[in-house]
Amino acid sequence: MIRFDQVSKTYPNQNRPALRDISLEIERGEFVFVIGSSGSGKSTFMRLILREERPSTGRVYVAGKDLSKLSNWKIPQLRRQIGTVFQDFRLLPNKTVEQNVAFALEVIGKSRPTIGKAVPEVLDLVGLGGKGGRFPNELSGGEQQRVAIARAFVNRPMVLIADEPTGNLDPETSVGIMKLLDRINRAGTTVVMVTHDQAIVNQMRRRVLELDGGNLVRDQSRGVYGYVR
Amino acid sequence: MRAQFVFSEIFIGLRRNLTMTIAVIVSAAVALGMLGVALLMLFQTSYMKDYWYDKVEVSVFLCTKDDTTLHPTTCASGPTAQTRMDELQADLKADPLVQTVFPETQAEAYARYKNQSGGSQANEASQITAYVSPDQIPASLRVKLKDPTTEHIDAIRSTYQGQQGVEAVADQKTILKPLFKLFNGLTVSASTVAIVMVGLALMLIVNTVRLSAFSRRRETGIMRLVGASNFYIRLPFLMEGAVAGLGGVAVAALGVASFKFFLIDRVLAPSFTFTSFIGWDKVLLTVLILVPVGLVMAVGASALSLRKYLKV
Repeated sequence: MIRFDQVSKTYPNQNRPALRDISLEIERGEFVFVIGSSGSGKSTFMRLILREERPSTGRVYVAGKDLSKLSNWKIPQLRRQIGTVFQDFRLLPNKTVEQNVAFALEVIGKSRPTIGKAVPEVLDLVGLGGKGGRFPNELSGGEQQRVAIARAFVNRPMVLIADEPTGNLDPETSVGIMKLLDRINRAGTTVVMVTHDQAIVNQMRRRVLELDGGNLVRDQSRGVYGYVR
Repeated sequence: MRAQFVFSEIFIGLRRNLTMTIAVIVSAAVALGMLGVALLMLFQTSYMKDYWYDKVEVSVFLCTKDDTTLHPTTCASGPTAQTRMDELQADLKADPLVQTVFPETQAEAYARYKNQSGGSQANEASQITAYVSPDQIPASLRVKLKDPTTEHIDAIRSTYQGQQGVEAVADQKTILKPLFKLFNGLTVSASTVAIVMVGLALMLIVNTVRLSAFSRRRETGIMRLVGASNFYIRLPFLMEGAVAGLGGVAVAALGVASFKFFLIDRVLAPSFTFTSFIGWDKVLLTVLILVPVGLVMAVGASALSLRKYLKV
């Protein structure tokens, strides 16, 4: 599903590469944690998958496509296959929950009947059935993140990228979000999640990629956070 | 693509930056209005050229009985005799610069004079004709040149000015000069203001779209992430520019129309009765030219601004 082939990324005006010679493959339907301290290259890793950045050397493949050969006008097509969730939810405060989710479909030109059907379905899936008319500021943090996940997932993407989705949430709420992501993963969507949350990583026992200073220092299936090198 | 969605986005955007939108409309209106005035003046000048250059260019006026004292050198022998008139006509016909010559006797000139003044200024004219008799109006030779350049006109003037029996040589260019000067001046000043204002309008549009893009960066960020096409993300901003541009065109059209109505019809046409002025068809044409100019200006500036400030 996602393949990195000797990828390095050096930003302009910086000596140290953000990523150094990364090669890895994430299979369809996998659940992968990406861990590492700040500045270890996690964000760059995510941005490369979304084709927000191009690698300096090497190739990135997503869903069988070589992103370096992807022309600019095809990027939107790529991003429709990738759902994205952030630590800060990124909801539109002046739209209701329903409208926030529907927005993602409206702007890619889906028809009104399609939207009318898909939005309640996905809200039920994330456990927000009946809260579609609320505004984001009327919801708890966990509920807001569920809305964000609903928005990312409403178009049924093949990959879901979650950038510290539990970073702003208390442990109990985080567990609920992780259960939701797990459910989405079990339905066949590849999930790539950046996190600092040791408890979650240890509990889930999924594949762990650890980055340190731009190097991939660990790629362990069923890993834990506190791995002693 | 959902039109309703796009339109609601446009009007949200325009309302959110209401002051900037007004500024864009006003500056675009002034820019386009000045452009319109310049265009009208160009139409007017070429219209007058077509109108006048087809007609007689040079008039050689002959002496009347009053000119013995006024022009003692060339008119000493009183009114020009018919034989002298024929001689001058023959000379002119032989001139290589001349195409045709029409003689106009005093009686004909009087009739034309009465006729011409009988139009808009009937009162004034009837007063004048009451005092003027046919023998006070000069007979003339109306000369049409093959190539009515200023040099050729001057050549004819210097040849015939000062000949016996010739009171004066006049050409239409001299008569029309003040009007041409006025129109050329208007064209130049209106174009200058138009250029400055177009620059100003472009900068304002760039800034407005930039503000608009900034105030909606949250929305556009999400649109980017969920895979909205570049076109879809940019369309509301481009349309915002287009709507503001069209607003400018509408105001400019009013300006151009009032220029025609208040300045040309009310001021210029009554004061310069010897020539006619452009009609409303040219005003319409001008407005039709302004529409694409305004649209290209607004949409172009918006697109430029988006390239810079809205990364997709």
